[in-house]
Amino acid sequence: MNGRIKSGLALAAIGLVLVIYLLPIYWIVATSLKEYSDILARPPKFVFAPTLRNYVSLLLVPGEGLHATPFAARLLNSVIIASLSTIFAVAMGTMTAYAFSRFRTRGQGDWQFFILSTRMLPPVVVVIPIFLMYRALGLFDTHAGLIVLYTAFNVSFAVWLLKGFMDEIPKEYEEAALVDGYSRLQAFVRVVLPQAVAGIAATSVFCLITAWNEFAFALVLTQNTAQTAPPYIPSVVGSGATEWGRIAAGTVLFLLPVAVFTFVMRKHLLRGATFGALKR
Amino acid sequence: MANVRVENLAKRFDEVVAVDGISLEARDREFTVFLGPSGSGKTTTLRAIAGLEQPDAGDIYIDDRRVNALPPADRDIAFVFQFYALYPHMTVYDNLAFPLRAVHMARAEIDERVREVAQVLRIEPTLKRKPAKLSGGEQQRVALGRAMVRRPKVFLMDEPLTNLDAKLRAEMRARLKRDQTDLGATTIYVTHDQVEAMSMGDRIAVMDQGKLLQVGSPEEVYDHPANLFVAGFIGSPAMNLINCSLGSEGDQPALVVPGSPLSVTIASDVAERVESARERLVLGIRPEDVHLSRESRPGWIAAEVYVTEPLGAETIVDLRVGDGDGAPMLRARTLPTFRAAIGEAIWIEFDRERMHCFDRESGQAIT
Repeated sequence: MNGRIKSGLALAAIGLVLVIYLLPIYWIVATSLKEYSDILARPPKFVFAPTLRNYVSLLLVPGEGLHATPFAARLLNSVIIASLSTIFAVAMGTMTAYAFSRFRTRGQGDWQFFILSTRMLPPVVVVIPIFLMYRALGLFDTHAGLIVLYTAFNVSFAVWLLKGFMDEIPKEYEEAALVDGYSRLQAFVRVVLPQAVAGIAATSVFCLITAWNEFAFALVLTQNTAQTAPPYIPSVVGSGATEWGRIAAGTVLFLLPVAVFTFVMRKHLLRGATFGALKR
Repeated sequence: MANVRVENLAKRFDEVVAVDGISLEARDREFTVFLGPSGSGKTTTLRAIAGLEQPDAGDIYIDDRRVNALPPADRDIAFVFQFYALYPHMTVYDNLAFPLRAVHMARAEIDERVREVAQVLRIEPTLKRKPAKLSGGEQQRVALGRAMVRRPKVFLMDEPLTNLDAKLRAEMRARLKRDQTDLGATTIYVTHDQVEAMSMGDRIAVMDQGKLLQVGSPEEVYDHPANLFVAGFIGSPAMNLINCSLGSEGDQPALVVPGSPLSVTIASDVAERVESARERLVLGIRPEDVHLSRESRPGWIAAEVYVTEPLGAETIVDLRVGDGDGAPMLRARTLPTFRAAIGEAIWIEFDRERMHCFDRESGQAIT
């Protein structure tokens, strides 16, 4: 077999895989741009007159000008809750990971295991007790409630992922900074953090996606004020005729922010995926 | 500049004793070398002086001030790491300026100092580059520059030349020694390489297994090793160490190796001193103090050439005294023109003035 046929076959295989992976996304995007009649057409239409009606009706209340629709409010909730919980989880995770990586403390192994153990139960198992707790504490249907929960959920992941990155940064750099006249905290900020950027970015992406996609807790612990997009989108299905166009538009809008964030961070993600395997 | 004093320093890592009660002084303006194999405690001692390691016991004084409780930043020291530890995200300029920015020095003064150091170390063209874009030699000089730019009281260096190739290492050895002398900088230098220690040190502290074995000038540790470890560690090729006991040759006292013709007469006062360890003696003689002759001479010992190693500037001759597997082996250092065939008969004589006797049990020199 010569090289040309080989690379041709490889291209064909890649093309096939891409079609399989991207078809659902194409379908969602296409549906979001279709008129209702085109959506229900059989056989399915690949050529149609695109419209932004679904998006407009999803985001703007008809007639009243600029007024947030329920969906827009949910999307904003998602942005607030996911980004704040990611920032908290990564910030705490970075410092905890640094401490675990550099200092020998009593019961260190137990602490690390404890942090890991918080991820051992599937979330659904604890959702009812947490619901009762949240109601008693007044955290039900609040932004703070979900932010605290997602932070707690992500911090264990962030600690373990970041500890791997921290272990890779030679401790001589901080020691050099210490003798160069800096305090431990200054050395951490000025020497360790710049080198942990890739790890922090990768961890942020993973934490953000987890918080952004979270469904079970959001469904049970929020109702209205603090509800995020994931439990809202399917709730549209149940009310009256199934508005596939608006659901698709909502899905696309929901997909967009993480897609953009992940794309921006893609360089670090690659590094993150191979962490531990690279030499300095 | 300043002196550094360490008293009864001890440090263990879990079950491993790294430093076991070391006391020593690095004098003002001197180049002190900590020499020892890996695991000798030399690096741990250095790191304790820097404040990077908290000792379990003992005191550290810099300039007669106890610094145990001070963080590294407040000890006014500079540290050169084996792997340089240049900040990879900063340019060479920023690496050099980093210690000065810690003390909030004025921008113009920082610039002046950085350029001055860069000029001295000939790294000006690299100032705008990141460390990863530098050669090993340049990285090494930047690491030195970062130490020099602060004008600290004490320079601490942890095997700074180990990662250079042989040619550059020899060059840097001379440079470092000269710079240290010119600056009059109190320097403590850790190495496992006895050539570095001998060539650069004003004083050498030989360590092994967390203990300080001997401190002295290069001449002292070379000519008067205090114990078997120092005798064997310093010098290349190493000193010949031969197990022997006190006996006699005719009516004269002698060091004899049972079952071998090796026998060296000694003066009666020497015999008195080694008397207490008579059955467990070790005779030490440096290769250059073993004289060779192609013909038999009165009092010389018959031996046989085992192999010769012509090294250009000298020839190393391995010798066997007597027959059998247990026969003592010796190395002699002689003229580069010396040639001999394997198995050739040869006669040897030891320079009596430069012989050493050790107690095999305690390892201590008997003088």
